[in-house]
Amino acid sequence: MFENLSDKLNSVFKKLKGQGTLTEKNIDDGLKEVRFALLEADVHYRIVKQFIADIRERAVGADVLESLTPGQQVIKIVYEELTRLMGETRQDLNLTGQAPVSVMLVGLQGSGKTTTAAKLAVYLKKQGRKPFLVPADVYRPAAIDQLKKLGSQVQVPVFASDPGMNPVDICRQARVAAQQQGCNTLLLDTAGRLHIDEALMEELVGIKQAVSPSDILLVADAMTGQDAVNIAQSFNERLDIGGVILSKMDGDARGGAALSIKAVTGRPIKFVGVGEKTNALEAFHPDRMASSILGM
Amino acid sequence: VPGKKLDDQTLEDLEELLITADIGVKATTELIAGLSKQAAGITDPDHLKEAIKEMILPYLEDDRPTDEATRPLATPHVIMVIGVNGVGKTTTIGKLAARHRANGKKVMLVAADTFRAAAIEQLSIWADRTGADILKHRENSDPAAVAYDGVEAARARGVDVVIVDTAGRLHTKVNLMEELKKIKRSMSKTMPDAPHEVLLVLDATTGQNAISQTELFTKAADVTGIVLTKLDGTAKGGIAINLRHSFGIPIQYIGVGEQVEDLQPFDPRAFLDAMF
Ligand SMILES: Nc1nc2c(ncn2[C@@H]2O[C@H](COP(=O)(O)OP(=O)(O)OP(=O)(O)O)[C@@H](O)[C@H]2O)c(=O)[nH]1
Ligand SMILES: Nc1nc2c(ncn2[C@@H]2O[C@H](COP(=O)(O)OP(=O)(O)OP(=O)(O)O)[C@@H](O)[C@H]2O)c(=O)[nH]1
Ligand SMILES: [K+]
Ligand SMILES: [Mg+2]
Ligand SMILES: [Mg+2]
Repeated sequence: MFENLSDKLNSVFKKLKGQGTLTEKNIDDGLKEVRFALLEADVHYRIVKQFIADIRERAVGADVLESLTPGQQVIKIVYEELTRLMGETRQDLNLTGQAPVSVMLVGLQGSGKTTTAAKLAVYLKKQGRKPFLVPADVYRPAAIDQLKKLGSQVQVPVFASDPGMNPVDICRQARVAAQQQGCNTLLLDTAGRLHIDEALMEELVGIKQAVSPSDILLVADAMTGQDAVNIAQSFNERLDIGGVILSKMDGDARGGAALSIKAVTGRPIKFVGVGEKTNALEAFHPDRMASSILGM
Repeated sequence: VPGKKLDDQTLEDLEELLITADIGVKATTELIAGLSKQAAGITDPDHLKEAIKEMILPYLEDDRPTDEATRPLATPHVIMVIGVNGVGKTTTIGKLAARHRANGKKVMLVAADTFRAAAIEQLSIWADRTGADILKHRENSDPAAVAYDGVEAARARGVDVVIVDTAGRLHTKVNLMEELKKIKRSMSKTMPDAPHEVLLVLDATTGQNAISQTELFTKAADVTGIVLTKLDGTAKGGIAINLRHSFGIPIQYIGVGEQVEDLQPFDPRAFLDAMF
């Protein structure tokens, strides 16, 4: 599992076998490789910088455990720190509040919101809840059709939105419709938008005010690069999000964006998307994510 | 001071600028090493930026024509559009259709994404918007058969430009990449040199994974050009530099919005000016 980075670290530390503690010099050589790995994984430049500084402090002077090589020792520290930063305990959807409750999905264009809405519907159904899918994207061609089709695939009712309606009205009316149909959990699928699009960001604020969602989830693509911090920060500032879903983790993306997003928002990553099918949603595991980011 | 070395802070700022533009840590290190030799004596940050741009520019310049109005096209000219999920393939096809329509071409869109929910409906809307024909089968039908029929129908109907939409797929999924090869082959069965172009769509927000995407899509489908979408956000699209350098594939267009007019020919100078 730990080949890539640990091989490199072991070669850096080869000379040190048998020394009792990690010195500043050999730590720095090793941390160069760690830094490289994190940047290659798309963790944000500044976050890497802070992270490396923290690790260095923890590692310098640490006793090398007899059972580990210095390379393994550094990896162990890095891995533990990374897991800790990503949030140790698993956090589920927040569904508290007066029924019917709403969960709102937001994010950039194409990040996976609509697909994730259907996945969450499946997840909620399994827990005995009664989900209601709400297409609130009136802009993208055939966005409403897409959610309608997904809804019928997973056998979950879908609100009859019309592209001529206003997204805030859609969400408001959908609450009433959900209640009438005996559904207790609305999944609001909003249109993709850029975090710098003032008018469309304001629209999200309007939806939030109108229906007071119990949870607001930022759906972010695992392949996102350095811009992840700007995106996450903007969405969080405007909406005070409750968590993040990282989509498209089924490829070879290392997913450094996860760390960047967690670091700037402080919000937990709640799920990861691992495929296009409606069952391809998994609980987030910080330790697996740490391994992925380190390329291990 | 001539001959003076760049100080550490300047170098670090420069490194941050390049890495946060998604240029990648390796390419950044190489660029800075090159600059330290070349630009010794430059202390003004703006001059440094200019020097960096001059270093990168040759990587991005390309002599292949991208202008649809002047370049020679086969009849019909078949363009296949590929890429990972959600990058903007279908939207780019709509925009591209509009460009060809503006040149008076008869355009047909081929709905070979038979998998994603409402992908066919989405492409149909773009066909309506741009006055293009559309060839479509039912949902979940064989995409290779759709592509074959598309080229066949285009020849029969005297279409000038055929643009084939494909389902988004992650480059690491072997079976889906095999399917892509099959779609491509099916077109050459009815027209030996088709597709004439294979456009790989990449999202500018993507980080270093774009390298793996380009590598594996090129291996499967001989990509002839890249379209870099979503440059209207705050992502700089620095991966393009690495791609152009490592794979030699030209960046042909950039996407700068969701509307039909938001596709522009790639301009290396303007791209770099927007970057720093
Ligand atoms: N491989 C993979 N594909 C995914 C995943 N989640 C979503 N997708 C695909 O990504 C593409 C975009 O997904 P959508 O759900 O349409 O994204 P969106 O955020 O609603 O897009 P807009 O509404 O246009 O902003 C589709 O092709 C989905 O099938 C995932 O976890 N893995
Ligand atoms: N801001 C911006 N959004 C874009 C651009 N190009 C496409 N989009 C949006 O990105 C989202 C995904 O676009 P699609 O064209 O459906 O992407 P796709 O690659 O066909 O997606 P799949 O077929 O699901 O893999 C849509 O919401 C588009 O409106 C662009 O240049 N800028
Ligand atoms: K962008
Ligand atoms: Mg959507
Ligand atoms: Mg598409």
